[in-house]
Amino acid sequence: MKDLIRKFVEAYGPSGYEDKTRAVIQDEVEKYASGISVDVLGNLIALKKGDGTGKKIMIAGHMDEIGVIVLSIDDNGFLRFSNVGGLNPAVVLGQRVVFENGTTGVIGSERVDDLKDLKLEKLFIDIGAKNRQEAEAKVSVGDMAGFHLPMVDLGTRLVSKGMDDRIGCAVMALAMQRMGRTPNDCYFVFTVQEEVGLRGARTSAFAVSPDLGIALDVTRTGDTPKSITMAVGLGKGAAIKVKDASIVVHPKVKNLMTETAKKHGIPYQFEVLEAGGTDSGAIHMTKEGVPSGVISIPTRYIHSQCEMVDLRDVEACVNLLVKILEGPVNL
Amino acid sequence: MLLGRLCEAVGLPGQEGEVRAILREELGGRVDEMRSDTIGNLIVRKGPAGGPRVMLAAHMDEVGFLVSGFTKDGCLRFVKAGGTDDRVILTKPVLVGPQRLPGVIGSRPYHLETDKDREGPVKGDKLCIDIGCTSKEEAERKVKLGDPVVFDTCFAEFGEGYVKGRALDDRIGCAVLAEVLKQDWSVPVWGVFTTQEEIGSRGATIAAYSIQPEMGIALEGTVSADVAGVDNDGLVTEPGKGPAIGIMDSGSIPNRKMLAQVVGLAKQHGVPFQFRRTTSGGNDAGPIQRTQAGAATVTISVPCKNIHSPVAIASMSDFDNCVKLVGLFLKSVEGGFRA
Amino acid sequence: MDSQGFLKAIVEEAGVSGYEGRVGEIVRQAFAGLCDEVREDKLGNVIGLKKGAGSRGGPSVMLAGHMDEVGLMITMIDKRGYLRFSAPGIDPRTLPSQEVVVHAVKDLPGIICVKPPHLLKPEDREKAYKVEDLGIDVGLQEARVRELVNVGDTVTLARKFYNLQGGFVAGKAFDDRAGVAVIHECLLQLARMKHAADVYAVATVQEEVGLRGAAVATYGIVPDIGIAIDVGFGTQPGSDDHREIDLDKGPGLDIGGNIHPKILEALRKVASENGIAYQTVVTPGRSGTDAWSMQVTRAGIPTALISIPNRYMHTSVEVCSMNDIKKAGRLLALFIQTVDRSFVEGLVCC
Repeated sequence: MKDLIRKFVEAYGPSGYEDKTRAVIQDEVEKYASGISVDVLGNLIALKKGDGTGKKIMIAGHMDEIGVIVLSIDDNGFLRFSNVGGLNPAVVLGQRVVFENGTTGVIGSERVDDLKDLKLEKLFIDIGAKNRQEAEAKVSVGDMAGFHLPMVDLGTRLVSKGMDDRIGCAVMALAMQRMGRTPNDCYFVFTVQEEVGLRGARTSAFAVSPDLGIALDVTRTGDTPKSITMAVGLGKGAAIKVKDASIVVHPKVKNLMTETAKKHGIPYQFEVLEAGGTDSGAIHMTKEGVPSGVISIPTRYIHSQCEMVDLRDVEACVNLLVKILEGPVNL
Repeated sequence: MLLGRLCEAVGLPGQEGEVRAILREELGGRVDEMRSDTIGNLIVRKGPAGGPRVMLAAHMDEVGFLVSGFTKDGCLRFVKAGGTDDRVILTKPVLVGPQRLPGVIGSRPYHLETDKDREGPVKGDKLCIDIGCTSKEEAERKVKLGDPVVFDTCFAEFGEGYVKGRALDDRIGCAVLAEVLKQDWSVPVWGVFTTQEEIGSRGATIAAYSIQPEMGIALEGTVSADVAGVDNDGLVTEPGKGPAIGIMDSGSIPNRKMLAQVVGLAKQHGVPFQFRRTTSGGNDAGPIQRTQAGAATVTISVPCKNIHSPVAIASMSDFDNCVKLVGLFLKSVEGGFRA
Repeated sequence: MDSQGFLKAIVEEAGVSGYEGRVGEIVRQAFAGLCDEVREDKLGNVIGLKKGAGSRGGPSVMLAGHMDEVGLMITMIDKRGYLRFSAPGIDPRTLPSQEVVVHAVKDLPGIICVKPPHLLKPEDREKAYKVEDLGIDVGLQEARVRELVNVGDTVTLARKFYNLQGGFVAGKAFDDRAGVAVIHECLLQLARMKHAADVYAVATVQEEVGLRGAAVATYGIVPDIGIAIDVGFGTQPGSDDHREIDLDKGPGLDIGGNIHPKILEALRKVASENGIAYQTVVTPGRSGTDAWSMQVTRAGIPTALISIPNRYMHTSVEVCSMNDIKKAGRLLALFIQTVDRSFVEGLVCC
């Protein structure tokens, strides 16, 4: 499991530039799918057909990670940038980033006397170029970079950039591996551009038109010192989402997840996230409406280079997903 | 000049009829199909009915204000339709309502304000429009709630190779689209003059659903920070240096292959171009990209200085090169396009 | 049941966004008596259909009023058994000393308690309460609370319906159960009228969290015309905001990009011809109502918006005028009578 997660989280893939990540995922899941395709936005759709007696279920996890996009290159070879997805300047300062062609850089800052004045506009990327020409030989305006840090194994817990949402993709891949016979047609959609507005999920859900939607994504925790008020914690099980800014989970889907977890002795916890959204936010609004929910992987330090998950929670999420997909779905 | 006529027409979001009429007249008889829909989009097809559909979108609406109330002494209260910075509306003449009654947005005399007063901007909701009435009743007889208000700006040639006018965002995009539609194409080109872009690309959302294009190009009059006091890194776009190709904006990230194709064609044919060096602001490409099962999109814009204000500036060579670049792309997809 | 009785029944019931089932049941029963069919869609919108006398393929009008209310959701149970919560859309300053109902395994009464004046320093009293400072006391020990309450349970403000003077009424959730009551009144009026158009009476869900129910309901119905009825800012004592409209001077008819000018013109004409007073509300952009999502569904739906003047919006003491609600219902019924194929065809802009 750790190797698969490592391959997924370390891959390059900011929103709109998911090709390399898609290749890694496709390589892993192809053998478990009866059909596989890529659509115009770049969503990877892997179908595991059921026996025809069940429902059509769309399972979504996003391949894209947050990153930066180059806006300009100055005479001295420094790059100015904007954010792709949500970035906190304090978390980004001093970090390493990598472009699709492997060029690496660090993020530096103009002089800032008070951290309150730190903004993305005061930061720049230094790729070690001596001047504009040298920089332009390696990068162009419009190129995107993601965070650049290998995964760290702490034993029961793993730390890496990109857990959001490569860990969700990993849960899906593991579910595809482990699940047995099912009445349901299961569309595993590895989506694009979630971080910039749930865009891949929206168009792929329209094409798939499922009866039920389940997203796999990260959620924050309230178990670190003097944190926000939140009931979710690492090691307490799969988080069954009740609400976030993009969706109020259909009560019947919440109950389906809860009953399934109880029936199979899978540890679970309930999650209310006051900000933030997931692919189910788009799926449930498709056409005439699709009852949808989210199985969340509790994660500390989201949108940093050191997102932390607990493998017991990951295991619980895989089990819960598998048991839901294998069973009859009556809403 | 079509662009001049378009810039002097009044068309706030939801009230684009005058602009639509000019375009209908300009294109009547020169295209294969032309119709409107219930939100006021003008939808035009040039080229065969079958083949990979390319939707080109330029919006007819402009930012401005709507009359929203009357003061006791006969002045007009107003609300913004679309985003205008409060700081550019002070002391400007306006035209009110379908009869285009002249009015002024005044400001307190210099003599009566202290330096401290002048430190902060005057907020829009403290302003009102003086059309010369002396009572609420008199004003109510001349003007109705919801009447449009636009700045009174004349269109003219400006400097060398530039033009100035109101609503270059996006009447210049409409003029580009009109030129493109006058040419012949071997792919189905769906030109949509959209409505209500400034309040959320409403027209484009509806048109994209009904056309279901494979590809989409938004043609904008886009932002430029090429003004005094901004250093070289912050210019975003520079009028005169070619059409601006979007790298990302608040509504969409361009399709990689389509973007590479557009850039490649510009380089190959020596068409000057620049990148739109910001991720702020949205346009009609977003809703086209995410309609139904998705489409491949890019944005190609004419850079304009000082938009969302009484008067903006654009380069006519950028206009010509924008028409040229769009044309090169349309020719290049005649055999099909794999996004 | 008359519209005031219907309004009382629905505002006193609980239905936070996403959990509208109990209110939906009351609406369903009431609509069943006034429509030919009633159904519930996948997200819980309640959709009644009153068929018109027109031939098959006649025009259709969808009326939308949202039945969800703003409320609270439990985010954590703390060590003393107090319930921490989120309250999107509610001014936290209106919450201290508010009685609530926690919809847990069963309904539990609760109170948001704060420190009494005797124990406050003068500077404390200058600070406004924030949601993070507040908790709900249900009078139970932590262990018992955990047996009954889960993170994610919804909570509504406890408030009954009041009759004030002059036909004014007060209570929670008039935003937008007043709109649903307008639809109910319209159906009562239509029972005595001949109309060609099919009428879809829709009590929508999840408007407060993103205009969501209306989007999917409209996608399923695909009406020729969509009219949303929501509340608008009513003139409040001490306020001089020129965007407010007066109570008991007739419903507001909105003008702006979200509203098709020909539908507005027809509503105004019907109102004038029938002596129904109305006010104009200028809405230059996003209306923040179901009309906004209805308008851009599929290939576009011509829409209009009616605003019922409402004071103290998003509190437990919202005030509306029953006269405004009844007039709006009657105006809609009279308008629906005028809707035929040629009116609908005339909505394409030229």
